[in-house]
Amino acid sequence: MRTALALGLSLAMSLSMSAAAHAQSGAAEGQKLAFDRGKGNCLTCHEIKGGDLPGSIGPKLENLKGRYDRAELTAILNDETVRNPLTVMPPFGRNRILTEQEISAIVDFLQTL
Amino acid sequence: MSALRALLVAATALGLGATAMAEDKPNPPADAKAFQDYFVKKFPKVAFDDFVNGPYSMNADMRRQWEEKEQFPPYEFALEAGKEMFAKPFKNGKTYADCFPNGGIGIRQNYPYFDDKEGKVVTLELALNRCREANGEQPYSYVKDEMASLTAYMAYTSRGKRFDIRIPDDPRALEAYEKGKEYFYTRRGQLNFSCASCHVQSPGERIRAEILAPALGILNAMPIYRSEWSGMGTISRRIVTCNSQTRAVPLEPQSDEYRNLEYYLSYVSNGLPVSGPGARP
Repeated sequence: MRTALALGLSLAMSLSMSAAAHAQSGAAEGQKLAFDRGKGNCLTCHEIKGGDLPGSIGPKLENLKGRYDRAELTAILNDETVRNPLTVMPPFGRNRILTEQEISAIVDFLQTL
Repeated sequence: MSALRALLVAATALGLGATAMAEDKPNPPADAKAFQDYFVKKFPKVAFDDFVNGPYSMNADMRRQWEEKEQFPPYEFALEAGKEMFAKPFKNGKTYADCFPNGGIGIRQNYPYFDDKEGKVVTLELALNRCREANGEQPYSYVKDEMASLTAYMAYTSRGKRFDIRIPDDPRALEAYEKGKEYFYTRRGQLNFSCASCHVQSPGERIRAEILAPALGILNAMPIYRSEWSGMGTISRRIVTCNSQTRAVPLEPQSDEYRNLEYYLSYVSNGLPVSGPGARP
């Protein structure tokens, strides 16, 4: 019983650790995608910590974690025109500019800002 | 949402003359007034005539660099070439001057115009190639080189003359104008931009290090030498490039859609002076 508990506990710990490690590598991958001109190319419009030559069309991307949850960020990346029909932000998911996995990695990155 | 409704919503939210657009009947003079008022209000420090200078009208640093560059303008070579080409007779002995009112001098501000015989919009670039073909010469590429040189010279002889685009009392002319307007405000391409997304909603803003030009007066400076192109480009080139940059499939230069677009965009810039040829980053 004790062994089983310990096993379960260590399994749970390693699972949560791997989830954290996954988010970390997701964030690093997400940053790459966000800065890549052929992918997210977010710097064309947004100022982001760590990025050079940002544009000024969109708002500065900071304090995102406190303002948006994961689902909201995903929805904005997928198609911001749903929330704001006048936005000039490209619908990255709807128009297949980025895959679901790529959007998820970028959201990981955005949540570190 | 239908395209037209989306257009209306967009234009209304932008303050672009809800009254002009909500009316059943198209009203180009009201459109032009609303269009110009929008930019004047958005940029109260920019003098009206300065809108033809695009990004330089909205950024002091860029303006300084540009003014220095204008001492030895990068379009000068094309301008000289265009002047020579314009004067040189075709094989049949005629010249471009024979194809145009006033011998082609000082007429840039009247293009495009609506041709009632053809029932379509005729741009200056189109008229130049038609002139060549009517005289047994091969047409030029619409996007650069000779076409840019010829239009550079014709613009230069018209500098300071104010755009005077007419919409004759002909339902086909009004339809061409309306179609051009619809093209201008319709989103397209993978990035889902309309012409207005950048040049009405976001002029003066930066995309990376570039400053977006205002739509008002954008054609008055054409053709342009663009550092990004390392060369000259015509209106056709500018529009095709805009389409491909937003990951839309560009149309053929001088397609009906582009001719109508140029008609609309030139009409709403009526009253602004010709400043071409221009130079842009």
